[in-house]
Amino acid sequence: MEKTLYTVTVYSENQVGLLNQVTIVFTRRQVNIESLTVSRSAIPGVHKFTITANTDRETIRKIVLQIEKRIDVLKAYYYTDDEIIFQEIALYKVPTLSLMSSNEIETLVRKYNARILEVTKDYTVIEQAGHKAEIDAMFDALNKNKILQFVRSGRVAITRSTVERLSNFLEEMEARRKEVFNGNN
Amino acid sequence: MEKKKITGAEALLFAFKEEKVDTIFGYPGGAIIPVFDALYTHKERLAFHHILTRHEQGAAHAAQGYARVSGKVGVVIVTSGPAAANIVTGVADAMLDSTPLVVVTGQTSVAALGSDAFQETDVLGITQAITKWSYQIRRAEDISWAVARAFYIAREGRPGPVVLDLSKDAQNQLIEFSYEKCRYIRSYQPEPELNPDKIARAAQLINQAKKPFAVVGQGVLLGRAEQELFNFLNKADIPAASSLLGLDVMPVDYRLNMGMVGMHGNVAPNKKTNECDVLIAIGMRFSDRVTGKLSEYAPQAKVIHFDIDPSEINKNVQVEVGVLGNVKKSLPAVTELLDKADHKEWIESFEEHKLCEYREVVSKDLYPNNGILTMAEVVKCLSDNTGENTIVVTDVGQNQITAARYFSAYNTRKIVTSGGLGTMGFGLPAGVGAALGSPESKVFVISGDGGIQMTIQELGTIMEYKIPVKVIILNNNYLGMVRQWQELFYEERYSSTSIQNPDFIALAAAYGIKGRKVEQRQDLVEAVREMIAADSAYVLEVMVEKKGIVYPMVPAGKCITEIMLKS
Repeated sequence: MEKTLYTVTVYSENQVGLLNQVTIVFTRRQVNIESLTVSRSAIPGVHKFTITANTDRETIRKIVLQIEKRIDVLKAYYYTDDEIIFQEIALYKVPTLSLMSSNEIETLVRKYNARILEVTKDYTVIEQAGHKAEIDAMFDALNKNKILQFVRSGRVAITRSTVERLSNFLEEMEARRKEVFNGNN
Repeated sequence: MEKKKITGAEALLFAFKEEKVDTIFGYPGGAIIPVFDALYTHKERLAFHHILTRHEQGAAHAAQGYARVSGKVGVVIVTSGPAAANIVTGVADAMLDSTPLVVVTGQTSVAALGSDAFQETDVLGITQAITKWSYQIRRAEDISWAVARAFYIAREGRPGPVVLDLSKDAQNQLIEFSYEKCRYIRSYQPEPELNPDKIARAAQLINQAKKPFAVVGQGVLLGRAEQELFNFLNKADIPAASSLLGLDVMPVDYRLNMGMVGMHGNVAPNKKTNECDVLIAIGMRFSDRVTGKLSEYAPQAKVIHFDIDPSEINKNVQVEVGVLGNVKKSLPAVTELLDKADHKEWIESFEEHKLCEYREVVSKDLYPNNGILTMAEVVKCLSDNTGENTIVVTDVGQNQITAARYFSAYNTRKIVTSGGLGTMGFGLPAGVGAALGSPESKVFVISGDGGIQMTIQELGTIMEYKIPVKVIILNNNYLGMVRQWQELFYEERYSSTSIQNPDFIALAAAYGIKGRKVEQRQDLVEAVREMIAADSAYVLEVMVEKKGIVYPMVPAGKCITEIMLKS
């Protein structure tokens, strides 16, 4: 089956050990996690995992259902790139000498909308945000001057909808809570 | 007025009492001594029936047997490290077979966590993949909350095992005890709401069906929806078969019961799966042992799948309609929309396969030409000589399949077997639990000479607590099922399957348990009757044919219609 890069968003309660519960679902099905980011969401107390993985639609659908099955997971969704706005961030460390010797690096920084975070006499740290392809391109260009260190973050992504998709689910669950506590007291 | 403070260990037991626990299976050890001390303190007040098994694995399987026959949550208390590792098999088994368990493991003190302390093991790390929920309790004040959640999670929705890893500090800290049962977890919806569109669509498909066929699993039993199932099947006149775990949902003599599907199921329901026009799966999960080769499983049929677990829909078999919800509610909702139907001809078409199976397999199993007893004869003899209040607990392998095929269940929760995990050694301890969970029933363990020895130490538990379990050892001096595969698919290369056995009857006698060995056909009935009449435990060893093969058999990975009746 055709493989696509999917972005999985998992909303969960803040419980110890949840990261492991989420990642083992991928491991068991031999799907490699390409990137993983954990942060808070716009909803107080709710954590958000953003995971990318290359796989087919059928597998990602099953993975999402298996993740949702974990008790402390509120909801999980999967997206293709066209459904979300996403970004990654990269840090490059290059020798300051190579910055001084020509305007090549300055041109790259302007071209990729990157910025310089720190300059010392030995090295310069450049930050770039963008899609993976843009980061790969800048990496290749910069590497002609020998990158000393490089790191890229996991993907962060946000949907094109105006609210956290989770809100509806939380409303439903709140209604269920009221039903449980008023219904059979 | 200030409330009296109690220890976390006491709080754990008080919380169990709030959950109406009466029986606990366990084994003490360093990191759980405070809980066992509290058991001692409150011996009279709490009056738990604590069963000291002879191995922690035995405690886990016993709790499974208890839960499976009683419908209650099985409770286990063991220590840390090796004990926690030893319960893993039972927990994994309970996960695959949806059995509600709450297992408490002791854990080293919080300060020592992660230091490779004595008998420390990463219980959460080990159990997360094989539990419905696992949680480490580090403070006594969290005990009530965690226990309440544990029972709720174990019991509600699709049941399953929960592990609570209880640090020693939490056991010793003093707290004021209060308890509130859990009735709601924001992130967990045990039963999906019924979707009226799916209900209507399912009913429409069934109403249009000329050859509908249902496959029933344990979900019906777990949802206590037996009557709802019969109403459903009766109204639209739908023939049905069961999975291994659904065997005791429909009585054997029920008009629409067509037997068992799967690798060692009956011929008719397997063949008919690939002939029906609408296949209705009810509370079952399309295990590979049921489907055989997936791409050739019921390709002609429109599939309707009733299940409580959203992740089961379209997991293995692509379905036309997934009806989510508790079958106790979804079945009546669909039944209401069904037209009364009559599928006489379709139902009668099962008969030819039934006769064929009888001729080719059953008659040979039950009335063999040579002098050596078959497993089937023994199980049939037990079935013929026992009544309604009989529970059969099997081990795994040929003994299990023979029990499934030849023991006739007339009531629900009467057959206990390890289906998903296929755990050898399950039978004897699960039988202990079943006897305690259903004291009004006679409990028979059917095991092989291999499996019985995996947990044979539980004869000690049977001895100590005078548990009236009857154990039938079908002895062929082989690991029979593996030997069968070697004969059929590995050119009779019998690698490590012949097995030398101890004198089982002498062994039973060493535990003070009565026993008898049968080698001749003419002694079988009388010996079985003697065992049934015994009011205490009993071990009946029956020497059966060494190279018996359980047929029918769908070879692994083959289409279910390629079911073999002989080699």
